[in-house]
Amino acid sequence: MKPAPFTYHRARSAEEAVSLLAELGDDAKLLAGGQSLVAMMNFRLARPAALVDISRLAELRYVRVHDGELRIGALALHRDLERLAGPGVLAEFGMLRRAARYIGHYAIRAAGTFGGSIAHADPAAEWCMAAMLFDAQIVAHGPGGDRVIPAASFFKGFLETALRPDEMIIEVRLPAPRPGAAICEFARRHGDFAIVAVAAAVDSEGGACRDARVVLGGVAGTVQRAVGAEAALIGSGLDADAIAAAAERAAAETDPPGDIHGSAEYRRHLVQVLTARAIGEAATYA
Amino acid sequence: MHDAPGGPAAAVPAGAAAEAPAGTAPQVPAAGGWIGRSLRRAEDRYLLTGRGSFVGDHEPRGTLHLVLVRSYVASATIEAIDASAALRQPGVAAVITAADLAGVAPLRGVLARPEFVATDMPVLAAGRVRHVGEPIAAVLADSAYTAEDAAELVGVSYGELPAVAGVADALAAGAAAVHEAAPDNVLVDVTPASSPGLDDIFTSAAHVVEVEASTARITAAPLEGRACVAAFDERTGQVVLQTSTQVPHTVRTAVALSLGMDEHQVRVISPDVGGGFGQKCVVAREEVLAAAVARLLRRTVKWVEDRREGLTSGFQAREQFYHVRGAFDATGHLLGLDADIRCDVGAYSCYPVTCGVEVLMAANELPGPYRLQVYRARSRGIATNKTPIAPYRGVSRPQAVLAMERLMDEAGRVTGLGAVEVRDRNLVDAQEFPYRNVMGASYDAGTYRESLARCAELLGHGSWHGVQARALAEGRLLGLGLACFVEPTAYGTASFGMRKMTIVPGYERATVRMDPSGSVIMMVGTHSHGQGHATSYAQIAADALGIDPGRIRLRQGDTELVPHGWGTFASRSIVAGGGAIARASADLAGQLRAIAAHLIEAAPGDMELADGRAQVRGDPATSVPIDELARTAHHAAHLLPDGLGRGLEATAAFDPEGTFSNATHGAIVEVSPETGGVRLVRYVVVEDCGVMINPMIVDGQVAGGVAQGIGAALFEELCFDESGQPVSGSFVDYLLPTAADLPDFEIHHLCTPTPRTPTGSKGMGEGGTIGAPAAVLNAVNDALAQVGASVGRIPVRPADVVAAIAEAASRDPADSRRKTQ
Repeated sequence: MKPAPFTYHRARSAEEAVSLLAELGDDAKLLAGGQSLVAMMNFRLARPAALVDISRLAELRYVRVHDGELRIGALALHRDLERLAGPGVLAEFGMLRRAARYIGHYAIRAAGTFGGSIAHADPAAEWCMAAMLFDAQIVAHGPGGDRVIPAASFFKGFLETALRPDEMIIEVRLPAPRPGAAICEFARRHGDFAIVAVAAAVDSEGGACRDARVVLGGVAGTVQRAVGAEAALIGSGLDADAIAAAAERAAAETDPPGDIHGSAEYRRHLVQVLTARAIGEAATYA
Repeated sequence: MHDAPGGPAAAVPAGAAAEAPAGTAPQVPAAGGWIGRSLRRAEDRYLLTGRGSFVGDHEPRGTLHLVLVRSYVASATIEAIDASAALRQPGVAAVITAADLAGVAPLRGVLARPEFVATDMPVLAAGRVRHVGEPIAAVLADSAYTAEDAAELVGVSYGELPAVAGVADALAAGAAAVHEAAPDNVLVDVTPASSPGLDDIFTSAAHVVEVEASTARITAAPLEGRACVAAFDERTGQVVLQTSTQVPHTVRTAVALSLGMDEHQVRVISPDVGGGFGQKCVVAREEVLAAAVARLLRRTVKWVEDRREGLTSGFQAREQFYHVRGAFDATGHLLGLDADIRCDVGAYSCYPVTCGVEVLMAANELPGPYRLQVYRARSRGIATNKTPIAPYRGVSRPQAVLAMERLMDEAGRVTGLGAVEVRDRNLVDAQEFPYRNVMGASYDAGTYRESLARCAELLGHGSWHGVQARALAEGRLLGLGLACFVEPTAYGTASFGMRKMTIVPGYERATVRMDPSGSVIMMVGTHSHGQGHATSYAQIAADALGIDPGRIRLRQGDTELVPHGWGTFASRSIVAGGGAIARASADLAGQLRAIAAHLIEAAPGDMELADGRAQVRGDPATSVPIDELARTAHHAAHLLPDGLGRGLEATAAFDPEGTFSNATHGAIVEVSPETGGVRLVRYVVVEDCGVMINPMIVDGQVAGGVAQGIGAALFEELCFDESGQPVSGSFVDYLLPTAADLPDFEIHHLCTPTPRTPTGSKGMGEGGTIGAPAAVLNAVNDALAQVGASVGRIPVRPADVVAAIAEAASRDPADSRRKTQ
């Protein structure tokens, strides 16, 4: 469990990181918190020829509200979201704080980064689900400057994103608050990646659901929206029957893989259970 | 929480005293009062502050790092090995294959009995691999990184063969043979009990209860993996092997045998060891390999297992399948027991205990704490193309207890007596000790019924149905599970001899030596790998010698320095090692009393040793510091008559006849009918291990064992695909329980001092692991019984629970409460 040989470069700015990426070519990888990458390198599942260490770029570690949107620096730690504070922010983006508690253990939350998690694109990662739930705008910095990629077109496949090899995430923007949002997970042990995770957001007016978003984790190569479930909720009264119907739709519209922690059938079952729970909890915040 | 009635010095109960075997009169020490105190562990200051000394910390200049090329197929011939590319790497010193080790004999564990097929475990695979992870070649380089890079470049051409990935595959007609010597893949097939009349009893019994139980393959996963640093000492011609082991002398024997050397030519040193749990109580081929390569290259060689190797190539355990029938009379008394047991032992037999270790214990110990005189058992060890098994804390007891306690729960349901009453009627009663069980084992006195009653009471068994019903009304499934067991510990040579191993462990020998300043060093062949022997042994010696345990140090883990011994496994150390130390200390105390008596002109028999002084009993005016006696014995021996002093040292051996601790474990769980998740609400242990030398250490042993047992019950499983490929090769997939997954353990003690040991202590290192799987599974099934479901396999995976509930719901509700599997 020693990594294959690689060269190490420490970037002093985002500019330098991007130019190093351009110079070093396709086999270079960015190193931020290293919580997934280093383990994969030790297993030799990832064999980058070069690492560009951006972990010292303190200017990218922030979480702030700007014109009503939440802007999260790429190097904000999981721990920073876990400590999200301020009455307004908590009401509008409190789901992030609740989601952070599901991420690994204290040591992992104190080292792993928000941007790193988005770039790694694990299909059960809380931040990837949050990105889908909040319609995140992912700001990628490249040789030609910045471009903004919507979450919906960012996650391409298992550990695969729309980032180009010479781009890095510098910021993730959550453009609109979602007070009525919740995340529910099931894992065999505390702190593990979920077997299935479901994030839900609802927005209701006068008892009727105006907008809904249901995002599933751990059921496919990427995080996924359960659009059928969302459709079932919109216009409903968010009552038990409506929630149950939406949960059933969510289960029906997924085709999860099986592994040693749960068969496809069990995962589908969990999608139904957790979708109902997440919607129910979201409704309590809405 | 401790509530030993009357304290550890309580009088020996009548039943036990009556037994009084020859040679070991009950001797419950009270003199210095160190025994029975929860002293802080002397080891912890350095272990917890990172100042320990483990094998991996050692790296003499010029060390070569050894990385293994391991098979990635489960069954194949090796057609060719091409090391040329690896050898071209800068920094690579050698690539060693079986061809280079022609004079090195394979490890061969043997049971001298006709039901056993002996097989060889080669140090490096010679032409044939039988499991994924089997070592094929060793790459030696100047750094572990270079060696691992080069290992990737070693080309191995495999001729793939069909693999048998499980017991069913292995026993199927036409199955490929793992070893030519066992065409049917059965390496052990024993019927250790076959009582006449058993079938008649089953025919006429009021109730016949039948259960199946199975347990997944798991592994010990000690914090410190295996590791070796081997060197060749040109001055002495010795191979010096530092290794992370529980059994330094046994490693020496194996290395000497394999390398064709006398034992004195091999020195085994084992520094601090970060856990072993049995995995390190057998000899690994990597240990022999490191020694052989060091001798071959005349270089220091270092191998440190990484976690992936640990999980795929380190010894595994516990994959067993039970089919058990019990015949009960109308009043719930067990009349007869009939068992068929299959153990998946993997591809090789471990040295020296062999692949029969689980097989024999499973059948021999199934009856447990219950009164039973009619028994039949067949137990088989079946070879598969998987990693070999070795003992793991409790060996077969966690599984045997799981099967037996499932049977008792089912008997409680069938007879209507319930879980507590049916057990109580069958547990051996206090009046019956010493109890000779159906296998011939003689149980010393214990508190079988009392521990059950106490545990049930602590869990609120009397009002349980109400609690459970109220929860059910809220849609919550609560369950309460019990497990009673006896823990045979500290086998001596007589018991081990019955297994028919070619080397028979059991005794222990200790040297206790006082230096001229009055401090003491104890040397013994047991080997603490986390159990706190330095503390507990010092408490034993301190009471005998009348000095502070802080002045007593333990030396262990070096075959050159300590008496020949058997290491630490099978809950033997406090009995065998502690017994030898108690005896040697008593001898040394006698020498001190004689010297003191001479100096103050009193009779040796009138002298007492306490608080660092010797004096005529009850007469402080005569008191002499023990330090002064020590100085005199060494530095002024001319003042003493011949035969006194001239050093202060005693050596004694102890060969125990076996002690039997007992316990009842109880768990309360909540099962989620939606996710299938199991949450532990409470966990209660009521155990009796006789005199506790250090109750805090006893509690630590119980707690650690329970955590491992819960791991086995709910989380841990080494999975393989149908081609024998392991698919849980990291801690992402091999789920060890974490603190967040465990409740606080409520540990209670009863105390029945045994007359069979010098201290009144019984072994107790494995009990936590033994009781937990059954208590948890029974609790889960108590919860599931409310919806007509049950599970019979551990770990209880959430998906299994959901499936069992769905299956029960789809059945005719009328018969939904009868299903046991």
